[in-house]
Formats: sequence, structure tokens, C-alpha cells
Amino acid sequence: MKQIIGAALIAVTAAICASGALAQSTTLAQVKNRGILLCGSGTGLAGFGIPDQQGNWAGMDVDVCRAVASAIFNDPNKVKFIPLSAKDRFTSLQSGEVDLLSRTTTWTISRDTSLGLNFAGVNYYDGQGFMVRKKLGVDSVLKLAGASICTQQGTTTELNLADYFRANKIKYEVVAFASNQETVKAYEAGRCDAFTTDASGLYAERLTLSNPDDHMVLPEIISKEPLGPVVRHGDDVWLDIVKWSLFAMVNAEELGVTKANADEMLKSENPEIKRLVGTEGKFGEPMGLTNDWALRIIKHVGNYGESFERNVGSGSLLKIARGQNALWTKGGLQYAPPIR
Amino acid sequence: MTDATTEMAPYAFVRRETLEQQPAPLSVAGPLAWVRQHLLSSPLNIALTLVCVYLVVDSVPGLVRFYFLDAIWTGTSRDACLADKVGRPVGACWAYIADRFQYFIYGSYPIPQRWRVNIVFVMFALGVVWLLWTSAPKKKLGIFFFFVLLPISAYVLLLGGPGAERFLGFCLMVTLALAALYVVLSFAPQLVRFNIGDAGLAVVQQLPVWKRFFGPKQLVLFALAIFVFLSLLASSPGLPRVDTGLWGGMTVTFLIAAVGIVFSLPLGVVLALGRRSRLPIIQLLSVIFIEFVRGVPLITVLFMANTMLPLFVPQEYSPDRLLRPLVGVALFAAAYMAEVVRGGLQAMPKGQYEGAMSLGLGYWSMMRLIILPQALRIVIPGIVNTFIGLFKDTTLVTIVGIFDFLRTIEATLVDPTWATPTTRATGYAFAAVFYFLCCWGMSRYSIAVEKRLAAGQKR
Repeated sequence: MKQIIGAALIAVTAAICASGALAQSTTLAQVKNRGILLCGSGTGLAGFGIPDQQGNWAGMDVDVCRAVASAIFNDPNKVKFIPLSAKDRFTSLQSGEVDLLSRTTTWTISRDTSLGLNFAGVNYYDGQGFMVRKKLGVDSVLKLAGASICTQQGTTTELNLADYFRANKIKYEVVAFASNQETVKAYEAGRCDAFTTDASGLYAERLTLSNPDDHMVLPEIISKEPLGPVVRHGDDVWLDIVKWSLFAMVNAEELGVTKANADEMLKSENPEIKRLVGTEGKFGEPMGLTNDWALRIIKHVGNYGESFERNVGSGSLLKIARGQNALWTKGGLQYAPPIR
Repeated sequence: MTDATTEMAPYAFVRRETLEQQPAPLSVAGPLAWVRQHLLSSPLNIALTLVCVYLVVDSVPGLVRFYFLDAIWTGTSRDACLADKVGRPVGACWAYIADRFQYFIYGSYPIPQRWRVNIVFVMFALGVVWLLWTSAPKKKLGIFFFFVLLPISAYVLLLGGPGAERFLGFCLMVTLALAALYVVLSFAPQLVRFNIGDAGLAVVQQLPVWKRFFGPKQLVLFALAIFVFLSLLASSPGLPRVDTGLWGGMTVTFLIAAVGIVFSLPLGVVLALGRRSRLPIIQLLSVIFIEFVRGVPLITVLFMANTMLPLFVPQEYSPDRLLRPLVGVALFAAAYMAEVVRGGLQAMPKGQYEGAMSLGLGYWSMMRLIILPQALRIVIPGIVNTFIGLFKDTTLVTIVGIFDFLRTIEATLVDPTWATPTTRATGYAFAAVFYFLCCWGMSRYSIAVEKRLAAGQKR
């Protein structure tokens, strides 16, 4: 402890001297110098960031980091994942311990403005959903009148629930538990008719029930939880790189460029595809990248749809429907500005 | 007179031979008596026995059925552990533990490099056995191995990379220089006359050349062997850097516990001596350190280290994310250890100090030869208690995002590949068994040590 305080005192002095020098080198330059991207990741969430059998991280959020690393280094493995708890994620980003935070972080005004952070987009539109037993015969939250609903105590989930049911003038009964695990157990034991938490979590929890197929997730989403990658204030070029790495993946899906056909697409005559894969125009240079930056992302990570299906969609055990995360052309919310 | 009386007495009432020995009556010996004496000796004990029997009968068959009879032992995915797919009630899903076992041991340590962790494990086990097994030979060499060579080897092997290789090269150079020095000294022992005195020199000169300064030469040779071995590994398979962010599982748990245990005991002894010192500044500093550390929870220290420290320190100077909790845990345990050791020091009768001083021993000799050996023996239970507490406290590092053993289990619990109703119970049971075995081992060993050291006190 004494050491820490001592180190802190020295450090404050050093920081004052060094801050001038630090400010001049951009995040991109630092990352290139270091040769590796430092990515703040979660501590394990199904579909978003989880170590596989070999201990390699995989998931939607992990793919964002791998995309940025691919754009810079043409190597999706030049990422060091630093698992951050919910409490220390923002300080780690602010202090420069990580270059980028991709950890199911909800985009809110207070985080975006007062914490000195910038959200670089939304890679998953999450929101609070409901799971019920199929035999209940309910196909909408609005039909849950008089139902008892299991939820976790003291979370925004509980507040959202109250707001939504009051706004729709539906009577309900809350059965709250201290931990998520207890909540699921209680739902399975039949102590309530429905179970509510973030939709992505519902699908993961459903798998831990004895008969997952007896349960269904209702279509309504009653709260907005846009999750996305976050960077520090003050380095706009870095923000652009992260933002456009994400947009490149969405654009690639829209244009039908996939991991498999990326090389063929180099010969495409479609001007939009030509600009995406870098055969036309110089769109990487202003960001300090090469012009085939988007092609690198697609070749190593795939487009947004591929990432989605692989991690949380039909290619995974979670089997989450695209829903709000479908492309805007298919009635969803995923919309990327054009590359031109 | 007496003879006459005996002769005349009726025979029927006089026994001529001793009775055959009879077994003790059933009411005081045998299992029934044991049960009566230990389990049913009073109404309160009868009630307690009944309650315990009820609890055992109520829980044990269920646990055995869940964890053994109905358990699933092999499989590659969650389908193996789903009651629907298997067609019978499913208990613990041990197949999941088997599938993820490697991850629980190594965390995300790259697979082609995991042999390095294995070598460290083997060296660690060797060191532990060497130190703890009473009749192991060459204890001094063992201590040198465990406290000097093992940390250096672990650092070089686990971390690797240019920095570690440079450090290894430096160690190799120093050892070679020392070896050369001892070769010279063996032929010309008179060079150290001022150090060992004329009498010592005479003894040394009588030995054959190769036996002179045999003790230190042994250490140097041993160190040289280890460093050459490491250098060979570094040159032929190579030791690329494996960042501490990738370390995890049992590796990290053992690392934190070992660092905590190895550093906290000596540091704790020093702090305890400092607290009882007559030098005011040393005493004050020791008291401040001990009371300050004992006054804050370990979680606070870890948060301070991993959440606040990066805000104060520029990124370049900020210590490694794993190093910070390592230092925090070691300092934390040292403060507790200091108080335990101080208890032992206070329990020593004043006569021991006075006796030592009257022999003309200085402060350090007195402590090393007379006081500490006795004081530490008294507090073995307290020391082991602190070690066990420290071992379990290592799980707290999860809150600062380090993947210790328990955290690796929790991380796999959310994995859909193995999401079944019984995965969670299995994972936590596995963790419980692991922690129990480690803590129980430590506790049993300490009891054995206590018995051995107390042998001289028995009457």
C-alpha cells in the first residue's frame, strides 16, 4: 500500500511532465508502435466475448476488436484482450490502459458526455425482453395481464418493467431475486409466469433450462440498450477508425461481400463494392490506414451478418433472431453510411 | 492357627484358582458401548445425534446420486448432458469439466507454449517436495532452488520474450563469473584469508582442491545447470513473450498463492521484529504499515491497484496488470503474518532473550538462533491459517479482471456449448474439491510439522 501511494506521488509528477509529450502521439501511432491493439473486453458473456476450449476469445464484441486489428495490421490476432469488470472498464479506457473498449456497453448520454468517452456505433441493439412457457399460450407482452414476472432486484430491468406495464395499464406482479441465477431457478420452478432480462441474456439463460424448447422469447423489446465499442475523447482519427471498421462490416453485408467471396469481389464492377474493397478511391489514407482496410476486415473477420450468425445467430447455440439487428433494408436498425 | 482354620473351612466357599479372563461387558466395551458413550450419552447428545443422522440420510444419497450415479462422464457438447437427449435423469456433467480441463489449468495461455507452464509446474512440485519432505537430502540446495532459482525460472519461462532472455543472460553471466571466482579460490584459498581467518584457511587448505568451498560451489553449479537448461530452451524451441493477460486458471491461482506465501512470511517476520524494535522510526513505520493494511479490505487494495493506479501513473510506467495484485496480495498477507509472528515473539519468556544475550549473541544471532525458531514453532497454526486464508483470497482477483481458477470456471459456465441445467452445480463442485484439497493438504502438513517439532517437548 505504501508503495502504491509512493508510486502514485511519483507518478503524478511524472504525468504532469509527460502529458505534453503523450498528447502529441495519436492512438493509432501508439498502436502501430506497440504492434498490438489493446482491447478492453468483458469477463465472459455468451455470444459477445467468451473464451473457447482453447482459451481463444470469440464473440460479437471480440469481432469488433479483431476487425480494428485487421484494418491496422492485416492480422486479426494482433489484439491483446484485457478482461475488464463492469466497474473498472471506463477508468481503464480513460487512463489509456486500453485503446478501445468493446464490452457490451450501453450507449447513454451520461456515458457519452460526462465520462469523456465517445461511442463509435452500435454493434448490437439489445433491449429488455420476456421469456414465457410455450404452453402459456401467450404471444405478446401485452397479453401478460395479471401475470407474475421474475426479475433481478435493484436493476434497471425492474424499473423498465414497472414503467412499461404502467404505461400500458397492465396489472402484474413482480417476484424479485438477488441474483440472476436465483431468478432463473425460480422461473423454472414455476414461481412466476415470465422471466425478464436483456434479450441477449434470455437466449443464453434459456439453454440452461431443462427443456429449452418448452420456452419462448416474446417479440417485444421494452427498453433500448444499444451496445457498442467505446473510445476516449480527444482522438478523432481513432474514433473514425473504430467507427468505420464497424460500418465496413455492415456495408459489406449490405453489398453481399463475404469472407468467402472477398477476393472475387476485387474484380467486381459494382462501384460501391469497388470503393469498399479499395479498388477505387483512396478511403483508407485519411485515417492513416491502407486503402484495402475494409477488405482486410472482411477477409479476416467477415461481414456483420457473418459475425452475427457465427456468434449469436443461427450458427451458434444461442439462435438469436436478427430482429432489430437486421439490415435497414430488411426492416432492422443496422444502417451504415456509404463509403464514398 | 491360620492353616488350621483354612483346613477346616468348608471348601465350597474358597476359590483355589484365578478366574478365566472375561471379555469386558457389552455395556462398557464394543461398538454398542461406543455408540452409547459417544452418541447417546445425554438427552442433548441424543437429540444432536438424531438431527445429524437425519441430515446425513437426507443429503448424502441425493449427492451421491447426483454427483456419481447419475453423472455423465464423457461427451463433447451439451447434448451429452441433457436429460431429454440421454433419456434418463442427468446428474453432474463431468464431461464438461473434462472438455474444459485444459482451460482450467492454463487459461488462455497459447497451446503451443503450454509446455513452458508444465516445466514450471514440475519445478514447483520438485521444490515443494524437496522442502517439505523431511528426509529429502541437501535441504540448503533445496531452499536456494525454491527461493532463488524457481522464481527466476518461472519468470523466464512463463513470460519469455526479449526482456526475460536478457535477464536470463545476465543471470548466466553472474553465475559464470561466480563459478570462475570459485575455481580461482579453490586453487588459491589464501585470497580469502581476511574473511575466514587463519584457522579457517588452514582447514580449507587441508582439503583436496575440488572439495574446497564445496557448499557455495554446489549452489553455483546447480544454478549454472538450471540457467544453461533455460538458455537451451530459449534458443531451440524459443521462448516468445506470452503476455500476462493470457495467463489464467490454476497457473494464476498457484502463482498468486505462491508469491503471497513466499514473500509474506519473511516480510511478516521483518515487520514483526520492526514493531517490537526499540528504534522509534522503524517501530513507527512498521506499526503504520501493519495497521493501515489491516484497516482496509483486500478488495480495496486490489481496486486501488487496478482501477485507481492507472489514473495516476502514465501508461508507460504503469506496472503489469497481474503484477499489481501480486504485490497487493503479498503486502496484505505480510501485515497479517506480522501480527501472527508478533504473537509468537511475545509468548517467548524473557529468560530466553536474557539467556541469549548473556551468551554474548548479538541481536540478529539471538533472533536467528534462539528466539525465532521457538517463536515460529508456537505460531505454526496461525501461520498456516494465514496461508490458507491467503490461498482462498486469491479468488478476489477476479474482480479486477484476472482469470484465476474460479474465474475460468465461471467464464465457461456462461458458454452456450455447455449450457445445461446441471453445468453450474458441476463447475462449482469441481472448484470446491480443488480448493478443499489444497487447503486440506496445507492443514494436514502443518499438523505433521507441529507434531515433529513438538517431539522434544513431550514428556
